[in-house]
Amino acid sequence: MADHILVMKNITKEFPGVKALDNVNLEVERGEIHALVGENGAGKSTLMNVLSGTYPYGTYTGDIIYNGEECQFKTLRDSEEKGIVIIHQELALIPELSIGENMFLGNERKGRFGIDWDRTYHEAEEHMKQVGLKDEATTLIKDIGTGKQQLVEIAKALSKNVKLLILDEPTSSLNEEDSRMLLNLLLDFKKQGMTSIIISHKLNEIAYVADKITVLRDGATIETIDNANRDIDEDRIIQGMVGRELSDRYPAREHHVSDEIGMEVRNWTVYHPIYTEKKVVNNISFNVHKGEIVGFSGLQGAGRTELAMSIFGKSYGTNISGTLIIDGKECDLKNARGAIEAGLAYVTEDRKGNGLVLAETIAINNTMARLEKVCNRGVIDVDQENAVAEDYKEKLRTKTPTVQQSVGNLSGGNQQKVLLSKWMFADPEVLILDEPTRGIDVGAKYEIYCIMNDLVAQGKSVVMISSEMPELLGMCDRIYVMNEGNLVAEMPASEATQEKIMAAILKSDKK
Amino acid sequence: MNAKTLLKKYTMVIALVVVFILFAILTGGRLLYPQNMSNLLLQNAYVLVMACGMLLCILTGGNIDLSVGSTVCLVGAVAAQLLAAGLPAIPVILLGLVIACVIGVWQGFWIGNIHIPPFICTLSGMFLFRGLGRAILGSKTVSINNQTFLNIFASYINIPGVDSGDVKWSAFAVGIIVAVGLLIFTAMNRAKKAAKGYKQASAVSEFAKIIVIDALVLAYTWKLAHYKGIPVMALWVLAVVFIYAFITSKTAFGRYFYAVGGNEKATKLSGIDTEKVYFMAYLSMSILAGLSGLLMAARIGSVNGDTGTSFEMDAIGSCFIGGASAYGGSGTVGGIMVGAILLGVINQGMSIIGLDNNWQYVVKGAVLLVAVIFDVVSNHKTGKAG
Repeated sequence: MADHILVMKNITKEFPGVKALDNVNLEVERGEIHALVGENGAGKSTLMNVLSGTYPYGTYTGDIIYNGEECQFKTLRDSEEKGIVIIHQELALIPELSIGENMFLGNERKGRFGIDWDRTYHEAEEHMKQVGLKDEATTLIKDIGTGKQQLVEIAKALSKNVKLLILDEPTSSLNEEDSRMLLNLLLDFKKQGMTSIIISHKLNEIAYVADKITVLRDGATIETIDNANRDIDEDRIIQGMVGRELSDRYPAREHHVSDEIGMEVRNWTVYHPIYTEKKVVNNISFNVHKGEIVGFSGLQGAGRTELAMSIFGKSYGTNISGTLIIDGKECDLKNARGAIEAGLAYVTEDRKGNGLVLAETIAINNTMARLEKVCNRGVIDVDQENAVAEDYKEKLRTKTPTVQQSVGNLSGGNQQKVLLSKWMFADPEVLILDEPTRGIDVGAKYEIYCIMNDLVAQGKSVVMISSEMPELLGMCDRIYVMNEGNLVAEMPASEATQEKIMAAILKSDKK
Repeated sequence: MNAKTLLKKYTMVIALVVVFILFAILTGGRLLYPQNMSNLLLQNAYVLVMACGMLLCILTGGNIDLSVGSTVCLVGAVAAQLLAAGLPAIPVILLGLVIACVIGVWQGFWIGNIHIPPFICTLSGMFLFRGLGRAILGSKTVSINNQTFLNIFASYINIPGVDSGDVKWSAFAVGIIVAVGLLIFTAMNRAKKAAKGYKQASAVSEFAKIIVIDALVLAYTWKLAHYKGIPVMALWVLAVVFIYAFITSKTAFGRYFYAVGGNEKATKLSGIDTEKVYFMAYLSMSILAGLSGLLMAARIGSVNGDTGTSFEMDAIGSCFIGGASAYGGSGTVGGIMVGAILLGVINQGMSIIGLDNNWQYVVKGAVLLVAVIFDVVSNHKTGKAG
């Protein structure tokens, strides 16, 4: 009989009106890496919150057996005492505090008088070494990248004497290189006997690290697949997740790239807004034709978002120089307003922070970038506004009972659709999509791809920034590769492969 | 709409009704005397006016303007001194408003364009303008005797013939016109929506609401008719309230305040000039504070160095009691009017009973806290922060 560190039996959890989990079973063996996959809203995070005590004992039904004993966790602290640590998708680190301070936050290393700082930083660095982090423990969190921040979270978990580590979408904000490093770290920990549960949308990563994969759909366990031999079939997982066969992950499109150029950028250079001597974008020239999807590949921090935002009405950076030509006309855009009027739209990668007003309704968000279109001499025609929102809701198949729903109540995929609606309503000629499918499920991704195809079919130009190479290869006509602020390669998608893109990045690093 | 959501939506209105009935009983009906009903409006005119401006500031992200009480004093002081020097009323009023504008531009510039935290900037204004006002008054109380000035702000509408008797019929006539007008407006609005095929609320609920409002209008104007008629100050207040209600609910300009409070970065990337939004919030606030200064000066008939002390707190308190979010992004003019009137009724009721001034502060403080606790807790329950 297998040695199960954790058995969750018949877990059922109801929210008002919704059964989030319906008799879910999960068995995790000691020392394995167990992946939990499912569409957004399938119940993965809810299940983990039940396990960690975020939803206290009594608010759900079913049994949790951990290390052979039945557990009734009432708070997060209860589960942490037993060595269960959960790392959430949104990192819970305080930017203005140091790595060491963050690591022992709420768990301070006390001396006789207050905090023992020497011990704090010494122990912090011990744990940092375990995760391969070479910075000083006194470095502030805001001064290190997201990849390293994720490592700090793991080091923090180690400091709590973790036995069962739960990672919720650990790589969603990491680039491929950092992701791979993180996954290898998990494999190392596994050799030392630690058990991990990983929630992820990225099937290739799961195929790489997981020993077993449990698929959830609509709050129920679909199946647990064995991946001990690393021979898993991605299509089988997808089928389990969506409940239907996705014959093609990228919708077919007829390529009608026009000869006309939608947008051209020449010799574009941008400096960092705070460290003004640092070049973030270095002398970049590129173009996108009408009816074309152009992809931007690169690692995190390559300067893609910065390039896009600086083009979009100088919304990022200082000392911006270069020429911008939209639809044959040279433009000098001073702010976002100017960019919108020139026919440009920038769909941010950070939909909660930079994209949507979460407390407002779908309708209000939908019209925000071009409110004047539903206004008559500055007075809003609310009826027309609602009609517009209804229209986009139908067109993009946003799942919501009404357009008066607050955007904050929608799932990630539907929020992304509202964000797209907002910028489609602005009626741009050139759309810059920054990580348009980040953190959303397979079904919603497919729908977003379809919307992009519709847009280029109408003769618009689309620039797509993505850290997922398969997505770029599947969707784009042409791919630019950036690294450290430089444009290092350009290739037609038909000739591009993941290896070629990585090679371009690595070669440029050596120079 | 079930009873629960109805209760939640109209909590403050229900609270107002309860408090009103409570004080009507405690005062042995004296609260309902025509004179007291008329005073309820006059004594709170400055709160109603300034709460509108404060709402815009609070919408941008829970930001407040601490300087308005001092602006009231400064503008009042300038007006009183100029009138005492013999200048005619109209130029003095215009000059007072220009000074308020200058103050607004001053604060709006620092807050909007230079990004000085509003709390600090307006705290500084609170000292600055109070000091200037006192200097202009020379530490004296200056009385206002200019009859035109007093007529413009603090007289009553009196139509010879109609209003010569004990009952000022013009007031009640206005009440009837407004009540009928509201009914017709609602009916026309529904017809328009029906013609375009838009969704609309059920006829019963919408007309029930209008009939309740009509009844209140008629009852209140009936009371006014039995005192001195419609105060001119009421017209000033109504004008401000209507303009601000319109701006916040119907215009693109008003929408931007909500957007900035909801998510400033997203608003900026949507091509909206967020600096201008802050600037306009503080500019409009100062202009309304200036107007309040003129209203106060005329009502009291004099200005001294303490005029307008702690007015900012009344305006801020009304907004939060009236459901404006302390984090910005939500709140309506209708809501804050209910908040302001609730505060006014409590003030007036306690004064009539003869409750000690010190205890009045205690009660006001408690009401404010309860209102904000309610706001935070109920928002949390609906999952806004969860």
